[in-house]
Amino acid sequence: MRPGDRIFKNMTTGAGIFVVVLIGLIGLFLLVQAIPALKADKASFLLSRAWSTSDPTNMSFGILDLLEVTIATSVVALIFAMPVSLGIALFLTQYAPKRLARAFAYVIDLLAAVPSIIFGLWGILVLAPAIEPFSNWINKTFSWFPLLAPGNVAPSVRGTIFTAGLVLAVMLLPIITSLTREVFERTPTPHIEGALALGATRWEVIRTTVLPFGKAGYIGASMLGLGRALGETIALAVILLIPVGRFFDWSIFDGGATFASKIAANYSEFNNVTSAGAYIAAGLVLFLLTFLVNFAARAVISDKKGD
Amino acid sequence: MTTATSLSAPASTPAFQQVSLKRKVKNGVATTLVWLSFLIAVVPLVWVLYTVIANGIKRIPYSNWWGQDLGSVLSDEVGGGVLHAIIGTLLQALVCGIIAVPLGLLVAIYLVEYGRGTKLARVTTFMVDILSGVPSIVAALFIYALWITTFGLPRSAFAVSLALVLLMVPVVVRSSEEMLRIVPDDLREASYALGVPKWKTIVKIVLPTALSGIIGGVMMALARVMGETAPLLVLVGYSSFVNFNVFKGEMASLPLLMNNERVTNSMTPGSVGFDRIWGAALTLVIIIALINLLATVISRLVAPKKK
Amino acid sequence: MAKRIDVKDVDIYYGKFHAVDSVTLQVPPRSVTAFIGPSGCGKSTVLRTLNRMHEVIPGARVEGKVLLDGEDIYASNVDPVQVRRTIGMVFQRPNPFPTMSIGDNVVAGLKLAGTKNGEKLKDIAERALRGANLWNEVKDRLNKPGGSLSGGQQQRLCIARAIAVQPDVLLMDEPCSALDPISTLAIEDLIGELKKDYTIVIVTHNMQQAARVSDQTAFFNLYGVGQPGRLVELNDTEKIFSNPNEKATEDYISGRFG
Repeated sequence: MRPGDRIFKNMTTGAGIFVVVLIGLIGLFLLVQAIPALKADKASFLLSRAWSTSDPTNMSFGILDLLEVTIATSVVALIFAMPVSLGIALFLTQYAPKRLARAFAYVIDLLAAVPSIIFGLWGILVLAPAIEPFSNWINKTFSWFPLLAPGNVAPSVRGTIFTAGLVLAVMLLPIITSLTREVFERTPTPHIEGALALGATRWEVIRTTVLPFGKAGYIGASMLGLGRALGETIALAVILLIPVGRFFDWSIFDGGATFASKIAANYSEFNNVTSAGAYIAAGLVLFLLTFLVNFAARAVISDKKGD
Repeated sequence: MTTATSLSAPASTPAFQQVSLKRKVKNGVATTLVWLSFLIAVVPLVWVLYTVIANGIKRIPYSNWWGQDLGSVLSDEVGGGVLHAIIGTLLQALVCGIIAVPLGLLVAIYLVEYGRGTKLARVTTFMVDILSGVPSIVAALFIYALWITTFGLPRSAFAVSLALVLLMVPVVVRSSEEMLRIVPDDLREASYALGVPKWKTIVKIVLPTALSGIIGGVMMALARVMGETAPLLVLVGYSSFVNFNVFKGEMASLPLLMNNERVTNSMTPGSVGFDRIWGAALTLVIIIALINLLATVISRLVAPKKK
Repeated sequence: MAKRIDVKDVDIYYGKFHAVDSVTLQVPPRSVTAFIGPSGCGKSTVLRTLNRMHEVIPGARVEGKVLLDGEDIYASNVDPVQVRRTIGMVFQRPNPFPTMSIGDNVVAGLKLAGTKNGEKLKDIAERALRGANLWNEVKDRLNKPGGSLSGGQQQRLCIARAIAVQPDVLLMDEPCSALDPISTLAIEDLIGELKKDYTIVIVTHNMQQAARVSDQTAFFNLYGVGQPGRLVELNDTEKIFSNPNEKATEDYISGRFG
């Protein structure tokens, strides 16, 4: 092989290998630096809700509360985001006038361009006060129902998982929509034409061809959205109120901290290696969580795309 | 439908039956819901943008906003500007780009031109997907573990840029990959047939043809990393002064300034902190919008001309 | 300049799949040889082995010899890139480089190989464009993009690009199948002139075209479905189309299959 070709080929292959190794390095470095902290942990890492890490000689921390709050906010976000994204994807591919479809798609993509800190600020300073009457009403009317009962940051209903979930849902819309849209657009025209030829209404065509074909892609896209939600940092750090002396109690009106927001909010504790190690341990759990979710999402998507 | 229809006679009237009411209603409901979901997405977008513009516009039209930093102003004093934050944001993004773009481009070239079908390419593309799902806080923690704990180097803007590289590379890889794949194989064959070696074909024929799309993708990726906050919290300190040194000292940036205002000042409307935070938000949005605009313009200028 | 080609017992494989079986043929210098045959019979595959283009596909492999004026282009010390600089190729769909002007397209082969002398390149461009019967149509707009020409003009541009490097042989893979009849005629006329200076091998699925432009014709066919292709008959064009030796050839010519 000519020297120019060999050098160039090695450079590009090397870059590819570098990316592969990088992922391994991330896991490795996080693990290595988490171990000392884990060893010094006086509480059970997986089952405790406590978190006191400022004194490296007396550390006692566990991720249970973080895990529950992280999953709760993500689930709330998905509950709002998934149906709306489905509707938008259908709108953009099946209902919007063709000439305007691109412009409308651009509008949705704009949501992805807004920095998350701005979403966080808008969420806590603008959205939360605006929906406060509604939140209060729900709290009062459904206080018998555990999920909607007054939370651990009551009387405030602003800095809650509910508000955070809403804002997060808005941030997830462009992600879930874009991939779902792609899959819907690939619905084979013969299928659609077959349904139309049978005299189906537009909704019936969608129900019998687009949706079955795009189901896996939509699920995969939602899982990617889940991955994003699990890792969202600053928006949640800004919105969620930290309850004092209380923990997650299975109400969407609870406050709390997720893996990401906990780490971000306590960056001042990164001055000593052991304390930092506790947060790195939490970060490692988050890394593994998002790795698994992304892995599963891609598996689901490529299964259907067939490539 | 009549049961004993003779096939040799024309269909009896009414030949084209009306679609049943039930089907029509279902179709109508579906249409309404779908249009509604699009509107539901547009509402928060408009609301956020309106909030940013309405609240941020107060301080922006003054030259001192763009030309001064906050070094000579007390935190609750009116006055000063965000020059230091703008410089910091742009500088960190620039350093990130200098590393991420060549790296991402090389990986994309590997995936499209050299690795097609190989096992390494499959693993690489999988890892790129995983990397795109790594939360920004995890990327920040990794760089912290690597740069600050292991290498012993101080917090700096450069560390931030490194974390941003992890976030930017997957975006550059995916968009460049797409652009390279679009280049028809015909062109590569024409070049080989002229006796041009493969690496030269890539550098002088394929890349220039894909360049406009690649530049567009790179600039959009840059705009996105400018809004990231998590790495800033963990890896660099906030400064009120302009600082051009990426390797030493604290550096401001727009998201960091916003976070700083959030924690040190009150957010009541009309207060210094309120004006500054939304002003910074609007500045960030303006810069991101300008970069996207620039991306479109440059894309068009560099595109292969048809006339 | 124009060289003679001797193909000796060439077998072509894609991985394990035996694509073409044992081809032996000769192409005299300054002549036109046409490869004809039904779809998938291997004629394009054989053409691409003449300038080692098939090697671009991973797993493709050739056994046997291809001699250019006696030198085997498959010898172990021969660089395929060098081979391709001496054997030119024109493709089915015109493919001018979209980022280059017409003038730059013509001399792309030379510029990419390192020639920098501006005057020399201009002269070569003019000579090549005249040789491709395109000069008069583009001489006033050499700096316009390559994609601004019509299909037939683009193909002639590609021919100019191929001959600008003064190859020994010119290979043409169905050069007219993407063009309208008038452009096709223009290119067939061009081939008639080019053969004065170049050895030309042209693959075509259009029998009448083969009859019009070539001096000798090679008929390829498959052994059967899923089987390798092979050379059935190589003969003077007149004889192939009036009184071929093989029955299979006669059946193909008279349209009994194809």
